[in-house]
Amino acid sequence: MNAYDLAFYLLAAMALVGAAITVLSRRLVYAAFSLLLAFLGVAGLYALLAADFLAIAQVVVYVGGILVLLLFGVMLTHRIYDTTLKSVRVQPLLGGLVAAGIAILLISVAWNTPWNTTHEIAAEPTTAKIGEAFMKHYVFPFEFVSLILLVALIGAALIGRSRTPGSGNGR
Amino acid sequence: METTITTYALILALPLVAFVVQVFFGKRLPRGGDWLVIGAICIDLLLSLRVFFGALFFSSFAGTPFVWNLRGWLGDAGTGVLALSTGILVDNVTAMMLVVVTSCSTLIFLFSTGYMAGHRRYSLFFAYLSLFAFSMLLLVLGNNLIALFMGWELVGLSSYLLIGFLFEEPVVAPDIVPASACKKAFITNRIGDTGFLLGILTLFSFTGKIAYGDVFEAVRNGAFGDHTTLLTVAGILLFCGAMAKSAQFPLHVWLPDAMAGPTPVSALIHAATMVAAGVYMVARLYPLFTPDALTFIAYVGAFTALFGATIALVMNDIKRVLAYSTISQLGYMVFGLGVGAYSAGLFHLMTHAFFKALLFLAAGSVIHAMHRAYHYAGLEWNPRSRENDAQDMRNMDGLRKAMPVTFATTAVAVLAISGVPFTSGFLSKDMILGGAFAFGFVENPQHFLIPVFGFAAAVLTAFYMARLLIMTFLGTNRMAERGQEALRESPWNMTVPLVLLAVLCGWFWYNPDPTTIFAKGWVSSFLTPPASAVPQTLVAAPADAHHAAHVAAMLVSLSCAGAGFFAAWMLGRRGAISLEHWRLSGSRVYYLLANKYYVDELYNRTVVAGMVQVSRILGWFDKVLVDGVVNATGRFQTGLSELSGFVDRYGVDGLVNALAGFVRDTGNEVRQIQTGRIQNYVVYATVGLIVLIVVTGM
Amino acid sequence: MVQLPHFLTVSALLFAAGVFAVVTRRNAVALLMGVELMLNAANLNFAAFSRFSHNSLDGQIFAMLSIVTAAAEVAVALAIVLNIYRNIETIDADQAGDLRG
Repeated sequence: MNAYDLAFYLLAAMALVGAAITVLSRRLVYAAFSLLLAFLGVAGLYALLAADFLAIAQVVVYVGGILVLLLFGVMLTHRIYDTTLKSVRVQPLLGGLVAAGIAILLISVAWNTPWNTTHEIAAEPTTAKIGEAFMKHYVFPFEFVSLILLVALIGAALIGRSRTPGSGNGR
Repeated sequence: METTITTYALILALPLVAFVVQVFFGKRLPRGGDWLVIGAICIDLLLSLRVFFGALFFSSFAGTPFVWNLRGWLGDAGTGVLALSTGILVDNVTAMMLVVVTSCSTLIFLFSTGYMAGHRRYSLFFAYLSLFAFSMLLLVLGNNLIALFMGWELVGLSSYLLIGFLFEEPVVAPDIVPASACKKAFITNRIGDTGFLLGILTLFSFTGKIAYGDVFEAVRNGAFGDHTTLLTVAGILLFCGAMAKSAQFPLHVWLPDAMAGPTPVSALIHAATMVAAGVYMVARLYPLFTPDALTFIAYVGAFTALFGATIALVMNDIKRVLAYSTISQLGYMVFGLGVGAYSAGLFHLMTHAFFKALLFLAAGSVIHAMHRAYHYAGLEWNPRSRENDAQDMRNMDGLRKAMPVTFATTAVAVLAISGVPFTSGFLSKDMILGGAFAFGFVENPQHFLIPVFGFAAAVLTAFYMARLLIMTFLGTNRMAERGQEALRESPWNMTVPLVLLAVLCGWFWYNPDPTTIFAKGWVSSFLTPPASAVPQTLVAAPADAHHAAHVAAMLVSLSCAGAGFFAAWMLGRRGAISLEHWRLSGSRVYYLLANKYYVDELYNRTVVAGMVQVSRILGWFDKVLVDGVVNATGRFQTGLSELSGFVDRYGVDGLVNALAGFVRDTGNEVRQIQTGRIQNYVVYATVGLIVLIVVTGM
Repeated sequence: MVQLPHFLTVSALLFAAGVFAVVTRRNAVALLMGVELMLNAANLNFAAFSRFSHNSLDGQIFAMLSIVTAAAEVAVALAIVLNIYRNIETIDADQAGDLRG
């Protein structure tokens, strides 16, 4: 077991433990913070996969953006000091069965498929290459996704705007 | 004076930009953004004037027109398959059209600020006007058939939008509904456009080119070979487009109804510029028309000139009179081109644009005042009733005191359209009639009907225009006291365009000598006919024949105008001729004219009724056959159920009940799945996914 | 030696956790967290295949696009959740059934 493997197992454990707490915890705030752990673990795995830019993006977008949004969601929809907030769980048995089923299926596929792997190419920084790919070959998807983001943000602002009687009829 | 592509790109881009800005932000701009549209068109006017004067004084296009090409516009330039380029072509004709379009547009846009003031969709109106200006300039500037067609359709679109602009109003004049008038205009134009497109495709399939110059070159080099008949057919097909756009018989029916649009729209689109697009197209493609095609064109034009004029005699709606007068005048231009008086046709296009725009704007000014007067008099304005119709000339009378500027300018326009000396109309109309005279009486005696129609239309024109002037402005007003007080001159932004247009109706712009265009006028040397590309050429009267015929034609047309005026004077002052008596005497001719020769009715009976018949047959098919089958099935089912009910009642009751119970229970069971809980659906989806992968994996 | 299947296994477990959260949670925000976990699992797969299979950047590009889309999705979803909360004072996914037929 070399350092790479050790790092992998540590990060994988971090991600999975985070995910497990997220899923199982009854307190919503705990769930949100353990999601941070899971995201960071995944970011570490990206780094192991020589995807340095992706790892940074994961940290910035998921941890810095999405998670904060989720926390806001938690806070705004409940009384703010109520950190003992419970989340009711329904049909845990059914959920467990389904989750276990899909996990077993995916894992067996992962191990039983003869992957056509080409490996052992030295890792190198990807940022410049990704930038070039986005500006050349993938420029259309890039612009398109920017547009989607813009539209979604405007739409979110519009939907989320307060519609109290004093502030007009929301036009 | 060299011009560059920048000039023309700017001319095209400004109205387009104004349109886009106006559509999205017009409402938020101060004054509804009208200054933006007017500013754009003013700059266009200045640029156009620069181009025009360059062409006039420095002969910048003499021999070689300005051409700019954008390669690889359609198709693949590399493989050469359908490699088409588009571009801009500017020569003397284009320069003239640019000035006509932009100057009319500028003045009419200015007029609209007064006429449309306070309308709910004021800024949208200006957006549409700007779109129209762009489309018209595109049509004029393009150097190929496709660009021409695109501009052609775009002006059709803006015309549609503007005719229907008052779509909330149920009726704007007796029997005109804006919402159907715009559809009528659009559909009638589609019919002509089908011909136009077929003509373009015929030319393309034989020559493989679309740029005007290339097409002419290919035809000249024998692209059509021995198929000269086909070339004639192509010419007539192309002319079909012009027949619809320029409202030539029998596709003229949309133009009178197009008066449903606001009056500035009628002035700009349906009198001055867009309807002249057909004439422009014929002039632009002039080298392609064979003698036979040109003869056809001449006959259509001459007939339309007379046809429109006769209907205009008996109309009472002021805008209707002008609409039929426009049809008639467009007929003049068309037959002018048809008989080979090329420069005369285009010259008349220009002069007509100014005096007809003036007439329409004056009518708009009058209608505006009448509306206000009705409003003050507390009368319900009701276009359905004859007494309270603000557009009916019988209700006007004696407006000259209240509206002196409108009266004076209208009088100038009436003189111009009737062809009285010292006006622009005299010069251009005489040029056409001289050409027709030389063509019909001197060169081709078998076509004598063409000049006869032309002169007859001249008499009628003078008559109905004088009648309009008398009925509207002379005499005494019969309106109620309060309404009369409210009758007053329109504001400056409406009268200034009137005055400017009236000034443009003078002879001095076109020739220092008021009697003839041939001596010193710039027109005949500026607008020279292009060399024909077809094998055999028309026996068109040469220029000296025109010149020779000119004096005779002038005398005849002057006496025509005089006769028309005299008749109108009798009508107005002496009552010696009375249309009312004519109507009361139940004359068939009167009713034939008043009902516009029943063309609309004919179309309703044939084309529209034909469509209705077809739908009725389809409906019958639906009702009898399809419904029959369905009903038979139903009856069969009824019988079956009766039978089964019988069996049911007498024996299998228990079985059926058991079956029903089974179905109900199954339903209850299955219903559990549809919980409406998203979680359950996720479960189903995931289980389905697992099953799918496992099954396909095995 | 850590290979492709190891990464795929982690991804599969993350995905299963996400499915479990989506199936069992009633709170809308918690549900969203589950969706995010599933998206992360998918992205991890992209990155892993990108590294081991072709050694091209395509997988990472896809993951980037997916991250951006996820951000948009969360923004809109949370706006909707807030709006629902304002209107019916709860974000229990089962209670928000006004549109159910």
